[in-house]
Amino acid sequence: MGLNRRDFLKAAAGGGLALASNLSPAPVLARATVTRLPDALGILYDATLCIGCKACMAACKKFNNLPPDLCTPNSLWDDPVDLSAKTVNIVKLYKNGTGLAKDQEINGYSFVRRFCMHCVDPSCVSACPVSALTKDPKTGVVHYNKDNCIGCRYCQVACPYLIPKFQWDQAFPQIVKCQLCDHRIAQGSYSACCEFCPTGASIFGNVQDLRKEARRRLSLKPGTFAEYPLQRVDSHHKVSRQVTPYLNHVYGETEGGGAQVLMLANVPFNKLGLPQLPPTSQASHAETLYHTLYKGMIVPYVVLGGLFYIIYKNTTGHELP
Amino acid sequence: MTEFDRSASNRTVSKSALAAAQARSQHEWRPVGGNLITKPFLVLAALAIIGIILMLYRYAAGLGAVTNLSDGYPWGIWITYDVLVGTALGCGGYATAILVYAFNRWEYHPVVRSAVLTSVFGYSLAGLAIFLDIGRYWNGYKLFLPWTVNFNSVLVEVALCIAAYVVVLWIELLPTILEKYPENKKAALWLHRLERWLPVIAAVGILLPTMHQSSLGTLMIIAGYKLSPIWQTGLLPFFFLISAITMGFAVTVFESVLSSMAFKRPFETPMLGRISVGMAWLIVVYLVVRFADLLFRGAPVFTSGFQSVMFILETLLFLVPVLLLVSPGLRQDLRFLFLAAISMLLAGSLYRFNAFLIGYNPGANWSYFPSPGEIFITLGIIAIELMAYLYFVKRFPVLPTEHA
Repeated sequence: MGLNRRDFLKAAAGGGLALASNLSPAPVLARATVTRLPDALGILYDATLCIGCKACMAACKKFNNLPPDLCTPNSLWDDPVDLSAKTVNIVKLYKNGTGLAKDQEINGYSFVRRFCMHCVDPSCVSACPVSALTKDPKTGVVHYNKDNCIGCRYCQVACPYLIPKFQWDQAFPQIVKCQLCDHRIAQGSYSACCEFCPTGASIFGNVQDLRKEARRRLSLKPGTFAEYPLQRVDSHHKVSRQVTPYLNHVYGETEGGGAQVLMLANVPFNKLGLPQLPPTSQASHAETLYHTLYKGMIVPYVVLGGLFYIIYKNTTGHELP
Repeated sequence: MTEFDRSASNRTVSKSALAAAQARSQHEWRPVGGNLITKPFLVLAALAIIGIILMLYRYAAGLGAVTNLSDGYPWGIWITYDVLVGTALGCGGYATAILVYAFNRWEYHPVVRSAVLTSVFGYSLAGLAIFLDIGRYWNGYKLFLPWTVNFNSVLVEVALCIAAYVVVLWIELLPTILEKYPENKKAALWLHRLERWLPVIAAVGILLPTMHQSSLGTLMIIAGYKLSPIWQTGLLPFFFLISAITMGFAVTVFESVLSSMAFKRPFETPMLGRISVGMAWLIVVYLVVRFADLLFRGAPVFTSGFQSVMFILETLLFLVPVLLLVSPGLRQDLRFLFLAAISMLLAGSLYRFNAFLIGYNPGANWSYFPSPGEIFITLGIIAIELMAYLYFVKRFPVLPTEHA
């Protein structure tokens, strides 16, 4: 009995140690957060310019052939209350206290647009078992291909922004998400939401340019007048406007390894419903652990070989169970 | 073994294998026999039929019509219970195989067969549950195409590994089925072939669960902040693996006691006691690492409201078997062994529910509690599992021959 237990413990401890040494992420195998693509495309959303007109929502529905989302009892208007399989872009409102002052955290309000952030290192792409979600190697757009999708919804578990939506009411459902109007980009056009934004709150462009534009806005002095491009970051159409204060933070620059959608606001982003994320991506955490265990299948093959050797030794002279 | 020339000596092989099979069959295992259609069996059949009707409705009307799943809680009890808990309960075959083949403890050999049988049904039905859960099931084959599979996805490892293990389990069950037909020469020949391949089958049968039971834990790493720090840790695969093995031992004890009671057979108390002690030591290892990790990361163990309550309950359930089995007196007592096994099964199950549902919080606007449809489909699956178990145990040599 005592001998039995000691043997068991020895073996268990040995196995545990071997496993633990496999689990501690070895730097050699660490999968770093992916860096930005030079020609990546994205959107800069500036909540201080947004007037909540929802023109972007109407344009998004029209150019992506999405059905109206009838949420009020009389079912007259397309009035989504949140993102869903029918709505991949939404303008939401933050309100506090009296809700009178625009872009103020206390006794104020702020608009915020929610749609796919097109992460630099997307969790959904890492999670998808059948490559139905892919990141375009040039534009960085996160694209969905229904022909591969098995509907496992792991992308929904993985996404820190809760962007992929599932058609729960369909017998043959799909995942639905913003694809930055890549069908329009392919025709030389750009995201509909930006084309129809009347104030320049949403502008489309190369992410490097968008980052520069965001930095420029943060450096502007509140109260002075400045020019803001309309529709595209490189547009010649500009509006002149009195600068209002900004929070000194470009959301999406580093969050979760960075995103191709950047946001500016004067209300803290967590109040606007955006998560606080570490600068490393969730995909890199998961893949570091996973690749440490399974790189080249070396560990499994070694374990299999060891097991085979032990069992071969142990089974000689015994019968099959 | 190599002196056998397969084409020439089929007859010799089948004769010797036949004799061996018969001898073995009578020596170690025997069908329980008796009526298959009993009252409990009919109750199970009714549950199975309700479940199957609801399953058909799910395919006709979509997941939303039957489940309470949402974009916030895309995974519910079908994943958490049917797949996570279901396969962990199916780890009896895995855990006893480790004991017998890897640790060379042949005294546990008699329980291997019934353990493999529960594993076969646990895993096969988990596979069925996955096909109920995935929305675009007709694309399921894409998981097996090298040019669509994403090898960075943890779910791929889990899916392929579980699929492979289901095949291995059925191969491990084959001798049980083949021995039912001792007069059949082909059966005897296959028995003999399986015997030669035993080391390979057993090694693969231990490797695969080690891989996917740990990967089931790795699945949640990518959920990031949505999983409470009480459960979100790089050690998720370690905890899932160790708790799966302990659940495998617990389910072996649980099943042995239950089938002894149900079929009025003598209890295997001393053997179950030894298995339980091994299990208790593993739980100690698990708890030490679990608490070291929580302390190291400074997880909000006591300040997370309902999640804290569930964490404490989970920990207590893990502690019960350790406390019960620490005393040499208690572990001779079948009632305490049974209690320890049940507590361990509940502990591992609750840990899985906590790590996938209760500790998972996508935001304030979302909530989830399984719908009657989800619950009845799960009950239907369990009923099918139990019916298949009863059928096999009564008709095939699965349970150990009584040592009167």
